[in-house]
Amino acid sequence: MTSDTTATAAAAAPAAVRRHRVVIRFAGDSGDGMQLTGDRFTAQAAQFGNDLSTLPDFPAEIRAPAGTLPGVSSFQVHFADHDIVTPGDRPDVLVAMNPAALRANVGDLPRGGTVIVNTDEFTSRNLAKAGYAADPLEDGSLSAHQVHKVAMTTLTRGALAGTGLGKKDAERAKNMFALGLLSWMYHRPAEGTERFLRAKFARSPQVAEANVLAFRAGHAYGETTEAFAVTYEVAPAHPAPGEYRQITGNTALAHGIVAAGWTTGLPVFLGTYPITPASDILHELAGHKAMGVITFQAEDEIAGVGAALGASFSGALGVTTTSGPGICLMSESIGLGVSLELPLLVVDVQRGGPSTGLPTKTEQADLLQAMFGRNGESPVPVIAPRSPGDCFHAVLEAAAVAVRYRTPVMVLSDGALANGSEPWLIPDANSLEPVDPDLATGPNAPDGSGEFWPYLRDERTLARPWAVPGTPGLEHRIGGLEKQDGKGGISYDPDNHDRMVRLRRAKIDGIPVPELEVDDPPLADTDSTVGSGSGPGADRADLLVLGWGSTYGPITAAARRVRGLGHRVATAHLRYLNPLPAGLGDVLARYRTVLLPEMNLGQLALLLRAHHLVDVISYTKVSGLPFRAEELQDVFLDHLDRGPRADGMSFRRSR
Amino acid sequence: MSVDPVMPALGGLGLVPTRDGRQSVRDYTADQEVRWCPGCGDYAVLAAVRQFLPTLGLRRENIVFVSGIGCSSRFPYYLNTYGMHSIHGRAPAIATGIAVTRPDLSVWVVTGDGDALSIGGNHLIHALRRNVNLKILLFNNRIYGLTKGQYSPTSEVGKITKSTPAGSLDLPFNPVSLALGAEAGFVGRALDSDRAQLTEVLGAAAAHRGSALVEIYQDCPVFNDGSFDVLRRPEEREERLIPVRHGEPIRFGTPADDGLGRWAVVRDGFTLKVVAAAATDPERVVVHDATDHTLAFALSRLSDQELNHTVTGVLRGFRRETYDDAVRAQLDRAGRTTGPEARQALLTGHDSWTVRPNTD
Ligand code: SF4
Repeated sequence: MTSDTTATAAAAAPAAVRRHRVVIRFAGDSGDGMQLTGDRFTAQAAQFGNDLSTLPDFPAEIRAPAGTLPGVSSFQVHFADHDIVTPGDRPDVLVAMNPAALRANVGDLPRGGTVIVNTDEFTSRNLAKAGYAADPLEDGSLSAHQVHKVAMTTLTRGALAGTGLGKKDAERAKNMFALGLLSWMYHRPAEGTERFLRAKFARSPQVAEANVLAFRAGHAYGETTEAFAVTYEVAPAHPAPGEYRQITGNTALAHGIVAAGWTTGLPVFLGTYPITPASDILHELAGHKAMGVITFQAEDEIAGVGAALGASFSGALGVTTTSGPGICLMSESIGLGVSLELPLLVVDVQRGGPSTGLPTKTEQADLLQAMFGRNGESPVPVIAPRSPGDCFHAVLEAAAVAVRYRTPVMVLSDGALANGSEPWLIPDANSLEPVDPDLATGPNAPDGSGEFWPYLRDERTLARPWAVPGTPGLEHRIGGLEKQDGKGGISYDPDNHDRMVRLRRAKIDGIPVPELEVDDPPLADTDSTVGSGSGPGADRADLLVLGWGSTYGPITAAARRVRGLGHRVATAHLRYLNPLPAGLGDVLARYRTVLLPEMNLGQLALLLRAHHLVDVISYTKVSGLPFRAEELQDVFLDHLDRGPRADGMSFRRSR
Repeated sequence: MSVDPVMPALGGLGLVPTRDGRQSVRDYTADQEVRWCPGCGDYAVLAAVRQFLPTLGLRRENIVFVSGIGCSSRFPYYLNTYGMHSIHGRAPAIATGIAVTRPDLSVWVVTGDGDALSIGGNHLIHALRRNVNLKILLFNNRIYGLTKGQYSPTSEVGKITKSTPAGSLDLPFNPVSLALGAEAGFVGRALDSDRAQLTEVLGAAAAHRGSALVEIYQDCPVFNDGSFDVLRRPEEREERLIPVRHGEPIRFGTPADDGLGRWAVVRDGFTLKVVAAAATDPERVVVHDATDHTLAFALSRLSDQELNHTVTGVLRGFRRETYDDAVRAQLDRAGRTTGPEARQALLTGHDSWTVRPNTD
């Protein structure tokens, strides 16, 4: 349940209770419109000024059999009066539109949680489909929860009786009834939703009106029935001043790709093939033709990345977007990009694997593929965003690296970031850091021959010149065969190959990466002796928790909890997985215990152990769902309790 | 050549900048040493292309050659234009990215029977279907040369090679039929050694706006020696090669009394057949119409794996809107709104809110 509650003098009846944060999960059949419902509730919370974070969860099947467990779709929204970083562990409120939705989700509810069910769907047939032997609304199995039984379908139908809409169509609006009820319970503003519904269904005013009526009916139901004894208020959060919007990771990625065209001054070309959960980036970008963005839906991922590379050769910013299986198909072309030394943005929205795996679920198990999934020595920079809004900034950074260093760059997002959303401080579109593509304009041969040497590197960056077709005098040929250092002709010379392999590696290793920031706040209460590890006077914690990508949210939330319990814990987050920040080894050596939670079986841990000879402790989970703050809190506490390890101490303590 | 009643006649090179003054073979010769086996048919094609390119009068820097993997895919290294030697089978995809982003470039793909029809079959058919403004030169030597002599997807059934010591089992592709099935707007065929016809077909391909596939029969003397000899030996050539030209009756072979070939192609139900011209009503002789898809396909079916009758020249040349032109037209229709306000509006979206400094 919510962490702190304080009753306030309620102005309206029933009593309004103030909550600092609330987690609501809307769950129903995939045809019930739960994603839209959750999205709208989120928009209301955003408009109201709450901080928020969301987690949609839907089936991989387009239309799984109605009423069954595989067909359940849900949307969780966490909103608060303060800064939050995760979609929340356990819902305080579960809205279950049918028995399957109840069965699939009720286990996540804490004791005392609120359940709102649509009783109309609790027929014996639907109960059987969900695998209930007895009706859970009658058999006492929900006695640990506050259960509100609402005949949402009937009430919606009744509210729409005068609209002339058929029974089936009328019933479809029941999700808006649920939204109306929840909006009433949490004192959410309604105008935005009504405006949204009228715009969304503009082509069918009758349907728009029906949805608005259903929404109002839900609201009115809360107001007039005696069933709900309390309502809740969650005050606005007070983030940094500025203009905000709600944004999903995929939208932020798409906007970042458009903006990379602005910062580099290059036309943007996306070559891609549809794949869950990356397709929405294509959908978004396909709508930005006025920005000059070209989207090419290829015959497969190989053609998608190939066309992107071709576009880069001709002076555009070539981009491809995919998920893990697509990266498998692209490996050879990305390797070609490494050899050609051309800019290329490769976005991998990771999902559960191997093979087709879990298309709609999240995982971080493509890290080693991104790092090493090509033949030969073919290093590429790897950058991972940490939150939905950060996808914008990460992809912009990746584009800058790709253009400056003439290299493919991997951006590792994941399913949780892609579909999750958060309020986003809207950047000033016109003061983003510019990147000079520094296209070659004339011959460069150091011997004064007037020739163009395509592999004569910039001494500082080791990047080669980028000469675009149409530039007279710079005609040249590049390709996958090894090239002679400097001049760029085909070369099978052993020493030259050795040098070129090392040069390509040195180029990537030399990309400047910001220092690793460690968050290691001293204990607030210096008298406290609670907990293990460095006492109040110590200059650092015993435990450093390291994360990358989307684990940022749960790790940060868990660290806050642990600190709230009076323990000291340090956290740090890796944005660049290749190259790693220069000072990382020193940081790792400074802490008694380094814990690394990952949604894979320890891929970054493997790399860090190899790079830094540090006994990084891996905590892994591959359930297709993000870590929960509560779960990580226990893991952190566990490692604090363990105290100093007998082995390796002297090594780690040595500075 | 290409006939199109609707579209304005923007040629294949219509948007590529030209240059005054004579250009020479030497202008197009790169300094990389040519490294094909002695006697390889690729030399003849390279010589023909080096001689042909100067005649286009284009700015050399606006010409791009992209290749995949295989003997013929070394081609770009030997031409002093922009070039990319890419990976196996993917050249049409890479070239698509080039053509779509750069209407001012003349984009050529050099590929082989293995590169285009085995590993790259998917990209080839989709490039043709989309009608990207690319010229694809498919060097068909009916063998794998670079990997040293395995059978290819155009090798005749029963081909004895290192990988098929008991004879190959699978039916070969007819590249022209395949291209026509993939909706190619332009399909031509020529023999590496026939400089005049090869140049004529290359010229028509370059002038065609859209995807053009030119199949070039090419000899690999090392691994498939003499595979096209029946089309080269003077006495046999006349009886087997059926050169076609738009608007001309299809007659071939040694000349008959009227000066045209002694053989004629006539319709036979839904297909075509070869008959003696002397015994045929001249009205029945098919007049080649390069805009007729069905006729082009029927012509392609006159060729079988034994090369008894092989149609050369431009089998199809029909213009429809190219993919890359259509992409650019969509961008133009969307209007260019890339100014500062449009940028900010994009990032801001429709549902933003303002957080004021906290005065609590
Ligand atoms: S192997 Fe055949 S195709 Fe390849 S270069 Fe030698 S002769 Fe030419």
